[in-house]
Amino acid sequence: MIELQEVYKVYDGTTRALNGVSIKIEDGEFVFVVGPSGSGKSTLIKLLSAELKPTEGKVLVNGFDVSELRRRDIPYLRRTIGVVFQDFRLIDNKTVYENVAFVMRAVGTPTRIIKKRVPYVLELVGLKNKSRRLPHQLSGGEQQRVAIARALVNNPDVIIADEPTGNLDPSRSVELMMLLEKINKLGTTVLVVTHERELVNQLEKRVIAIERGSIISDRTGGYYLDEPVEE
Amino acid sequence: MNQLKNKTLPNIGYFIKEGIVSIKLHGLMSFAAVTVIGACLLIICTFGLVAYNIDLLIDGLASQNEIAVFIDEAMTREQAVALQAAIESIPNVEQCTFVPKEEAFDAYLEMMGEDAYIMEDLREDNPLRDEYRVVMKDVALHDETVDAIKKIEGVGATNSEKEISDRLIQIKTVVNAVSYALVALLGAVSIFIISNTIKLAMFARKDEIAIMKMVGATDGFIRAPFVVEGMTLGLLGGIFALLAEWGVYDFITEKLVASSGLFTMVGWGELWQGLLPLMLGAGVVIGILGSTMTIRKFLRV
Repeated sequence: MIELQEVYKVYDGTTRALNGVSIKIEDGEFVFVVGPSGSGKSTLIKLLSAELKPTEGKVLVNGFDVSELRRRDIPYLRRTIGVVFQDFRLIDNKTVYENVAFVMRAVGTPTRIIKKRVPYVLELVGLKNKSRRLPHQLSGGEQQRVAIARALVNNPDVIIADEPTGNLDPSRSVELMMLLEKINKLGTTVLVVTHERELVNQLEKRVIAIERGSIISDRTGGYYLDEPVEE
Repeated sequence: MNQLKNKTLPNIGYFIKEGIVSIKLHGLMSFAAVTVIGACLLIICTFGLVAYNIDLLIDGLASQNEIAVFIDEAMTREQAVALQAAIESIPNVEQCTFVPKEEAFDAYLEMMGEDAYIMEDLREDNPLRDEYRVVMKDVALHDETVDAIKKIEGVGATNSEKEISDRLIQIKTVVNAVSYALVALLGAVSIFIISNTIKLAMFARKDEIAIMKMVGATDGFIRAPFVVEGMTLGLLGGIFALLAEWGVYDFITEKLVASSGLFTMVGWGELWQGLLPLMLGAGVVIGILGSTMTIRKFLRV
C-alpha cells in the first residue's frame, strides 16, 4: 500500500515541488498519475523510491516510512518496488536474460531460482525467444518489455512506470499498457506516470492529476483532463 | 519488513567473475596498476631485507664480548707482558690473554688460507703488534671498560666487535627511517593507483550501479566485485614483487656481497616462505584500501 499524508517537498528552501499532497493507493490498484511537466510527478516517484525525503508529511510505501527510513534500509524498500523508465535503462553489454537475471542476483537470489524465474517472466512479457539478444538488437517496444520484466522479476508489490510509452509508437504503447494491465490482474499494484491522454482515457482506471505540486483531481474510472479543474 | 532483510547470500562466484571481467576490460590500466604496485612493494621489501640482514649481523657481533687491546710499539716485550696485571685489575675484565705479535701473524696467515704466501715475506718485518684479548664480564659496560684500558700507559689502541656493532646500529637506524618513509610514500602511491583503476571501472559501470541501487541491491553487494578487482590487482602486484625480489636479492647476495667476502647474508631459500604471506598480504590490503576508498563516493546514489 502507498500512502502520502500532507506531503510537502521544497527544493533549495524556495522551490515547492509538492504542496500538501495526500494520496492513498490500495494493494492491487491500477493508477495513472498525470500532469504537465514540472507539476511534481517526478518528485512523487522519487519520494516513493526513497531517492528523496519529504520536507514535511509522511510517505508510507509497502510498510516502510520513507520520511524516517535509514540509509541502510533503503534497499529493502526498493525490493518491494519495480521501476520502469521512459529510456528503458538496460545494460548494453548484457543479454536480455542477463539484464533481468542480474537484478535477482543483486538481491541475493540463489542461481537455481533465477534459472526458473527469469524464463517465466520473459515469457510473461513475450520475449522468451529473444533472451540471448543484446538490447540494441531489439525494437523500442521490446526493450521496454525487457525493462518491465526486470521490474517484475523480483516479484514487487508495486510497479512504478515513469512515462513508459514516451519512446514508443502508438500501437506499441497500447501493447505495453495491456501488458501492465495483465501484470496488475496478477495482483501487482501498478502506478503509471504518463502524458498519453488517449491511453489513459481508453483504460478507464483511477487517474490522479497533479499540477503545480497539488492534486487537482483524483477519480476512479476517470479520465485525463484537458484543463486544470478549479477547486 | 524483517522478512525482506534476509542477508544477501554470498554470491562469491558472481563477485569473482565480475571482478575478473572488469580487470580484463581495462587491461592496460590493470597492467599499469599491477606493475606500479609490484615496483613499490619491491622497493619496500628490498629495504626491509637490508635492515633485516643488518639486524642479524648486529646480533652476531653483540654475542662476542671481546676487546682487542694493541700495545704501543715503543714498549718492549717485557713491558708489554707486564701490562697484564694492570688490565686484569679493571673490575669488568673477566679474562685477559696475551697474544705475541708472532702468534697474531701466524693466525692472520691461517685466516688468509691459500693466499698466505703473499704475506710470508713480511714475517721478518712483522707489521702487527703485541696484543691482549680481553673478555668482558658485562658487555653493557663496554665503553667504560675500553676507557679504563686506554688509560693504562703502553696501550696503543683498542678494537672490538662492539664498535663495529655500534656503527651498524647507526646504519640500521638510517635504513629503518628510509624504510618507514618508503612504506608510507610508496604505500600511498599504490593505494592511489588502485583507487584510480577502480574509479575507471566504476565510471564505466555507473549506469549498472544506478540500476542495482534502484532494484534494491545493498551497498555491500555493489561494492564486492570492485573490492575483488582491487584485491586481485594488489595480489598480482604482490606476486610480481615477490618474483622480482627473488632476482634482486639473489643478485645482491651472490654477485655483490659474497664476492666481496665482507659478510654473509641470509639466503633466499630461508626467506621466501616468510615473505610470501607478507607480500601477498600487503598487496591484498593495498587493494582493499584503494578500492573501498573509491567505492564510498560512488555509492551515494
